[in-house]
Amino acid sequence: MEHQDTMKDVAWAKINADVLRSLEKPRRIFWIVLAVCALLVLSGVVAEIYQYREGMGVALMNRPHYWQLYISNFVFWIGMSHSGTLLSAILLLTKADWRKPIYRFAEAMTLFSILTAAIYPIIHLGRVWNLYWILPYPDARTIWPNFRSPLLWDAAAITAYATSSALFLYIGMIPDLAICRDNAKGWRKKLYTALSMGWMGRAREWMAFRKTYILMACFLVPLAVSVHSIVASDFAMSIMPDWHITSFPLYFVAGALYSGCAAIITLFVMLRHIFKFEAYMTTEILDKTAKLTFAIAMAWNYLNLSEYASIWYSNDMYEKEVLLAKFFGPYAVIVWTMLLCATVAPFAMVFKKVRHSMWSMFILSLVLQLGMWLERFQIVSPPLASNHEPWTWAVVWPGAVQLIITLASFGWFTMLFLIFCKIFPSVSMYEVKEMVFHRRKASSRARLEDLSAIKEEVARAEEGLQ
Amino acid sequence: MALKRMLENWSRLRQRDYYKDAPYLWGLTIDLNKCIGCGACVAACYAENNVPVVGKEHCGRGHSMHWMRIERYWDEPDGKADIDQQDASDYPERGAHYIPMMCQQCNHAPCEPVCPVAATYHSPDGLNTQVYNRCIGSRYCGNNCPYKVRYFNFFNFWKDLPHPLEMQLNPDLTVRDKGIMEKCTFCVQRIRDAKDQANDEGHPEHVEDGSMQTACQQSCPTDAIVFGNLRDPKSQVSRLWEQHHVVLNRHEQDKSDDIRGYRVLEELNVEPCVMYLDRVRDVEV
Repeated sequence: MEHQDTMKDVAWAKINADVLRSLEKPRRIFWIVLAVCALLVLSGVVAEIYQYREGMGVALMNRPHYWQLYISNFVFWIGMSHSGTLLSAILLLTKADWRKPIYRFAEAMTLFSILTAAIYPIIHLGRVWNLYWILPYPDARTIWPNFRSPLLWDAAAITAYATSSALFLYIGMIPDLAICRDNAKGWRKKLYTALSMGWMGRAREWMAFRKTYILMACFLVPLAVSVHSIVASDFAMSIMPDWHITSFPLYFVAGALYSGCAAIITLFVMLRHIFKFEAYMTTEILDKTAKLTFAIAMAWNYLNLSEYASIWYSNDMYEKEVLLAKFFGPYAVIVWTMLLCATVAPFAMVFKKVRHSMWSMFILSLVLQLGMWLERFQIVSPPLASNHEPWTWAVVWPGAVQLIITLASFGWFTMLFLIFCKIFPSVSMYEVKEMVFHRRKASSRARLEDLSAIKEEVARAEEGLQ
Repeated sequence: MALKRMLENWSRLRQRDYYKDAPYLWGLTIDLNKCIGCGACVAACYAENNVPVVGKEHCGRGHSMHWMRIERYWDEPDGKADIDQQDASDYPERGAHYIPMMCQQCNHAPCEPVCPVAATYHSPDGLNTQVYNRCIGSRYCGNNCPYKVRYFNFFNFWKDLPHPLEMQLNPDLTVRDKGIMEKCTFCVQRIRDAKDQANDEGHPEHVEDGSMQTACQQSCPTDAIVFGNLRDPKSQVSRLWEQHHVVLNRHEQDKSDDIRGYRVLEELNVEPCVMYLDRVRDVEV
């Protein structure tokens, strides 16, 4: 166990073999999960077709609840997509080498959750067929979109983020694709040959690769922060009480990293179990991810509580009304469950025993994600329910169509992720090798230091004898 | 061309009172002392503007489309007369308070900047205009409206119109499809008509006060609603605004005695063009 945790005794060839094995013929459980996900997606498609034909009313939104689950899901999935960037880019720049075995799937998660998120604004539109009007394309009548609208910024941010995170994922995968190419047959050989772009592992290639990768990381970090700030400005730029909050961009980014980290832990435990990656996804890495999650959870909590405090002390009539309605009104169940899951539950990670147990972290990560999902719902709905105009106050719970489409989005994400795991290596082989190399070097240096210490001790003992 | 127009549009957005030299700024005054909450204005609005009647079920789900609505509030029991007559029911004998509520045509409309496709914009007349054809139904404007007077077509309501009733639709304006936001326009088709008429009569920049009425104003049995041009100092509506010391570009109006004018949610600084005259009650008799 000790050897596994430091990973210094893993042979080079074994790393390749272990990771490539995850691409081989899937087990039965894989097909079952895939089928369930496909079914969920199918039901979502049916629900969307129904909504498309009948009108948005079937989703049971109404006035004043013009926005509901679609928007809160959108925020949730965009938030989820921040984890990959965090693990890949921020931890790459801060040189935290424990990210290496887990960043690949985190990046994949980024891409797929942003693809999931991007569906929501489309489903949400009343006239989907005119979606392209949001884009600033040259028009014969010189009509432009409204550049002041946060929704337009959203469109720009999402397309930029999806493109660059896909590129980042792909570039980081090139050396591994070359390994796959050398070991594959049939259609996979063709695919990997095309995708690895003739990678031979020359020094010049590695140098160019490193440079590109670091530059991409430098580009991606501010982009990711700006993306979620823009999503936050959908709310912060409005005049609705409890939406119009200055700290929202920061709060959203913290929340995004929080739910993203929780999702990484979930997938970490699942992949480790399904693909038998115990040698790479060690408890040490889980421990560090848990510590990071805890730190982010505390940052998020600070921002959340300071938001409550600033509303309370501002004594603004409308905002206070909404705040009180959150805690004691019709949505109180949601808010209290959210606080329980996202504020109280993370304190379990204080204990080492919890951080080191796969099962407890798996369950805890699901609880945290539930909390963060509810958080997005309570950002969107309660302020609409008690808005400026008391005559329109109404409580509405999402209808079946919205719930089916929500479930379908989880199915869609999992489906994409599973397919990815079977076509591309979900653990970065070359980075794990690097990590093992550094660990070995470090441990041999430690052994040398030990040796000199022993020598000194012996010398001192000899002095004492004399 | 496109760039030139874009820069022109954007520079306009930065300027306060860009349209201050326009000949019209349409405004409304509603006297709550006169309002009896009969709902004639609501019915007239439905008939004039082809507003879909959605039925009881949809109404219960919050899908109703009334561009104009009568909001009813109950005053707190106040003074001897109220307390004498106070009963235990939710609907006491005295103290019902009606506010007809429609689009306030804000000069700093919160719905305008958030529309991603600029389907809602400000006309030189001071109207907050909704372009149905351009709307893609993101519903951001509806959320950002503090008065919640924007109505979304959750279904294709016009398809439910039973046969002879399509004959009574107003030909001066459209029926709206599903997925589109709509709201009170101050009867823009009538304004258009009045302007054309003024043009024909040889005074293109001046619509005679009282030569056009909105549908709600026309049907109000107590004349509680007055519509007119706020740029015309002699119009009835301007005189009422002046009389009650209600001024644009100020978010707190004169509150001294005898003055009843106020605008709803003025403190949000959205600059509505509708003035309400507060109701005065004699609580002792």
